[in-house]
Amino acid sequence: MLIFLARRTGYMVLTMLVVSILLFVLLEVNGEAVAVKVLGPYTTVEQRNLWLEANGYFRPVYVRYFEWLGNMLTGDFGESIRFRAPVADVLWPRLANTAILGGVTFAVMIPLALMMGILAGMKEGSKLDRSLSVTAIITTSIPEFASAVLLTFLFVFWLSWLPGTSGMTDGFRPVELILPVTVLVLYGFGYIARMTRASMVEVMQTPYIRTAILKGMPYRQVIMRHALRNALIAPFTVIMLQINWLLSGVIVVEFFFAYKGFGALLLEASLNQDIFLIQACAMVAVFVAVTTQTIADIGYTYLNPRIRFA
Amino acid sequence: MNEHRPPDRESAEPIKPPPAIVVTARNIILGLWGALRLLRESTVAMIGAGLVGFWVLVAIFAPWLAPYDPNAQVLPFATPFTEHPEGGTFWLGADHLGRDILSRVIWGSRTVLFYAPVATACAFAVGITMGLFAGYKRGWIDDVLSRISDIILSFPILVLYVVIITTFGASGLNIVLAVIFASAPGIMRIVRGLVLDLRNRDYVAAAQTRGESTLRIMFVEILPNARGPLIVDACLRLGYTIITIGVLGFLGLGLPPPDPDWGGMVNQTRSMATFAPHMTIFPVIAISSLVLGFNLLADGIREISLND
Amino acid sequence: MTDAAPRAAEPVLAIEGLSISYRTRAGAIPAVVDFDLAIAAGESVALVGESGCGKSTVANAIMRYMGRNGSITGGEMRFKGRDMLAMGEAELRSLRGAEIAMVYQEPFAALNPSMTIGRQLMEVPMIHEGVSERQAYERAARMLEDVRLADTERLMSSYPHQLSGGQQQRIVIAMALLANPSLLLLDEPTTALDVTVEAGIVELIGEIKRKFGTAILFISHNLGLVHEVCDRVCVMYSGDVVETGAVADVFTHMRHPYTRGLFGCIPLPMAGRDERPLTAIPGQLPLPHERPHGCNFGPRCPWFAAGTCDAGEVPMIAAGIDGAAGHRARCLRLDAVGEAPPLVPEAAEEAEAVPAPEGDIVLDVVGMQKYYPVHDRSIAALIAGRSVRWVKANEALDFDARRGQTVAIVGESGCGKSTFAKVLMGLETATDGAIIFEGDDIAESAVTDRSKAQIAALQMIFQNPNETLNPSQSVGSQIARVIRKFGVETDRAKILQRVHDLLDLVKLPRDFAKRMPRQLSGGQKQRIGIARAFAGNPSMVIADEPVSALDVSVQAAVTQLLADIQREHDTTLIVISHDLALVRYLADRVVVMYLGQIMEQGRVEDVFAPPYHPYTEALLSAVPVADPQIEKTKIVLEGAVPSPLDPPKGCPFATRCQHKLGAICDAKRPPVHMRADGHRIACHIPLGELEQMEPVFRRAKA
Repeated sequence: MLIFLARRTGYMVLTMLVVSILLFVLLEVNGEAVAVKVLGPYTTVEQRNLWLEANGYFRPVYVRYFEWLGNMLTGDFGESIRFRAPVADVLWPRLANTAILGGVTFAVMIPLALMMGILAGMKEGSKLDRSLSVTAIITTSIPEFASAVLLTFLFVFWLSWLPGTSGMTDGFRPVELILPVTVLVLYGFGYIARMTRASMVEVMQTPYIRTAILKGMPYRQVIMRHALRNALIAPFTVIMLQINWLLSGVIVVEFFFAYKGFGALLLEASLNQDIFLIQACAMVAVFVAVTTQTIADIGYTYLNPRIRFA
Repeated sequence: MNEHRPPDRESAEPIKPPPAIVVTARNIILGLWGALRLLRESTVAMIGAGLVGFWVLVAIFAPWLAPYDPNAQVLPFATPFTEHPEGGTFWLGADHLGRDILSRVIWGSRTVLFYAPVATACAFAVGITMGLFAGYKRGWIDDVLSRISDIILSFPILVLYVVIITTFGASGLNIVLAVIFASAPGIMRIVRGLVLDLRNRDYVAAAQTRGESTLRIMFVEILPNARGPLIVDACLRLGYTIITIGVLGFLGLGLPPPDPDWGGMVNQTRSMATFAPHMTIFPVIAISSLVLGFNLLADGIREISLND
Repeated sequence: MTDAAPRAAEPVLAIEGLSISYRTRAGAIPAVVDFDLAIAAGESVALVGESGCGKSTVANAIMRYMGRNGSITGGEMRFKGRDMLAMGEAELRSLRGAEIAMVYQEPFAALNPSMTIGRQLMEVPMIHEGVSERQAYERAARMLEDVRLADTERLMSSYPHQLSGGQQQRIVIAMALLANPSLLLLDEPTTALDVTVEAGIVELIGEIKRKFGTAILFISHNLGLVHEVCDRVCVMYSGDVVETGAVADVFTHMRHPYTRGLFGCIPLPMAGRDERPLTAIPGQLPLPHERPHGCNFGPRCPWFAAGTCDAGEVPMIAAGIDGAAGHRARCLRLDAVGEAPPLVPEAAEEAEAVPAPEGDIVLDVVGMQKYYPVHDRSIAALIAGRSVRWVKANEALDFDARRGQTVAIVGESGCGKSTFAKVLMGLETATDGAIIFEGDDIAESAVTDRSKAQIAALQMIFQNPNETLNPSQSVGSQIARVIRKFGVETDRAKILQRVHDLLDLVKLPRDFAKRMPRQLSGGQKQRIGIARAFAGNPSMVIADEPVSALDVSVQAAVTQLLADIQREHDTTLIVISHDLALVRYLADRVVVMYLGQIMEQGRVEDVFAPPYHPYTEALLSAVPVADPQIEKTKIVLEGAVPSPLDPPKGCPFATRCQHKLGAICDAKRPPVHMRADGHRIACHIPLGELEQMEPVFRRAKA
């Protein structure tokens, strides 16, 4: 088990390193281009060379990479061009906002999806199962920006129940979270619910469930003791991987509702070619994704005795 | 942007015998007819096929179906059913630049139904090849390919697209390349899982013991038997690719204007949705219905293949 | 025990006129029709038949666990006088697991993978008797001892995947017995297990009968097992019981043509093909919705009489001979069947065996060895410097095969017989030693390094009919591929002609060439597999368990076919099998393997008669025999097969041997005793002592 943990962590570090190299190569190898972006397009070649010289861009690539990596590790992400401020100062508050959005989304989505998946999977082919399947397919077919448009039209323009933007300009107002969270939940819950259902259906058809029923066990106990644990192993991994999906989803939702979060920041950085900010955001995103994946793997192993005691 | 990977990453779901959907190269027409007949078993699949078929026809016949030039600027903010100055009607109204929304939605289907299938097909070609080699050859090839795909998949997908598109610029080709880069690893994983199961079948051993080449075993003996789950996955992935292209358009990273694309239409007009919601609603309905079609089709095919 | 149960006593289970249907898209399909059964306390009754005959459906119906499509459409079912069909869910629950318990075919699948064995066992008394956890634990631990499992503490805290198949099945049996049921349903409980493990379970079932007096319903396709386990038997065919009675009566005087047919299909470990040729049942089991009018067996029956047998429903008719009560059969031509000669002609028994072909040596295996590396990545192994260990799959194999001979390699799972096949076919290469095939050493050349002629000369027949053919290619194209690949024919028309010839050879219609594999039955697929193997005119064919996945009656036909083709083409046949009766039937020579080593080899009649290697003796005694006239030695091996990673230093069989001498067996490799005709036994026991052994199978005194 210890070896397994060490190996997983090793993979995680390796992935992060490869990603960092990719990002570095992609964005910074061409120092000339960096200078143009930092100093602006209307600078002379001398000005740019001066800047490049001052910032050490004429040193060998690997030296620059390691220095850059060292800075990254110590939390020095460089200066944002667009915000004229250290990247770290811009990034952390935004990340906190996104954590709130993501946390609320998960808190609503996971119990809802698991509940629906289990209820549907218990009785395959029942009315509940069919209607849930169709609902899930429909909601996952509507992209976030589309459901955002439709929900805004319904609740903001027509019913005037909710605010149309979530800029939190008057301080933190939970009501402004309702629409973004709904959009994320609508698009995301179907996938988890369907996975849970499929897993539950599979488990309910296994011989060991038959064994449990034919032991004379009440149906409720069969579900709670024998079915659930086995049925939830697969969705657990999926749920952890949904964090990865959430990082994508927040870009659209934050952009649409003008929520000052990490996703909107990444998009803004990209549209403005704010190199250091893009690097920092991407590294953070990958770090979160890789960490959750590692946790998912470890958790999967822990939940599944067949692997744990192999 | 759901990454749908099999839950248990080492062993994909047990392979059922492939569904009897025969799409042989020899006899495509007969195959398609057979497939359609099979689809009749599932209402869900029929509805899905209907939606997809509708949009495919719209895309093919766009020049004849669209009442006006999609880029002609005529009557800004015209509401639905407004009369067109040159005769006829703006059935769905016009946008902020006075372009006919119906024509733009119709032409937009062409954009999306060109790029999405091309990108998905290329991604499958790459992913299937990688998956066959990784799953059949095992050893270091498998290690290297699996590790590469793990790394790519560890990127949140949209972050990956945004970084790629901002670095290399927004163009049709770059979008296709980005889709290949982002989806091929997922396809590889599915194919690899299927191959790991299929490679131990006796008919593969039979091919090996008569000295068939590795390529023939991979592509002729193994691949056709993995087609069931792959067809389902292809439908789902087409849907996601359509969403991706839409989202990129919506974020302003899509195809350059003025050619209509559904995501871009929403992006350009949503700030004016308060007083002219028709400009955003119709492209949103269009993209949702097309994606829904593919998802229903996938679900139906899966259902049929399980019944078999 | 047969009919001795007093009439007055209420049977534990009484079923009358039970009918069961499945709803499908094509409408309701009757799975079981008009089924009668009564089981008295302490009695054991067998339901026997081939797959699709409805025997498992009956078991599920008794548990009232029919799935969503099945339903009981008629009849009566009483458990201790209570009407089971009128019971509600709650009442059923109080029966299930407490009064009626079930043991399943695949023990591993029947246990919850993420729950400890202890928990799963303790649940039973906790649900039904509401006992405390401690009491439940004690009860469970005691029951594990009752089913002869040692080390109960450790077992209780293990997960199912950590146990062997035999242990798992004992656990399932223990779970079934925990609530002390009055009726135990055993659904093919040993099908997934090796013969020696099976023998242990059979013995355990016998003990349970004696100790707990539980009534048993035993479901099986294996007539030999039925004979060893049960008092009475019901033979089922296509949803009907066709014959019932005491096992001794039915197995001595089978009256229904189908029962006779079944017995004609099973090879016996005492008789080779010359003494007792198999007679397959012609035709196929009718699909449930295509059953014929009148007798279901009519179209396949040699006694079929038009106008009588197809007139209407056939009732059960008393068929007892010599006053055997309760022996009944569903046949209108009982008398005609009764006059037929017995299956084993007495005279044929002494018939001179045809001598085995003694052609030139085609295959000569010399000291062949195959090791697989296993990489152990644990810290302990790294420190000990043992990070790479070797699975010794094959160790010093020495034997040969001559032209036209059939050589069988027998042994239980994990004995290395399949590894040998892989090396022979070039899918793996040997670690050491030589395999001389037609003059060339092929031990270390992978299939890709072999010449086309070498590959064509050595072909294989596979085990699993559902995997042997590629599901996405037509049957004809798969055979044609072999013909083209080996350059037998190149012309399109000639290839087609050859495909047709091969289909003729395996007795299938020519239009099968156009069919896809999923349109074929298991036996038909296996025939195509044979045709494919012979397509390139091989000089040697390896058949890996060629019929083990088929039903009894299909097995007979395919076995016969294989033997005929082989004789006709003068091909050398290597049969890999765990089925000793089949080996006795097919083989000229036998190689007995255990843990990758050869224990005994020789002519089939020498290996199947004393002197035996102790392992051969144990294997033979584990074979269930469906003949009441035969008595056999009972040997149940203790312990498990040692790991091939760490095999015993001396004789590999020493850890389980019933005749173990002592320390010498553990310390030294046994010497090989050489006898006439290449009969060799690797054992420390002196040959003279081995020769004193009793034969395993003996004719019972009348």
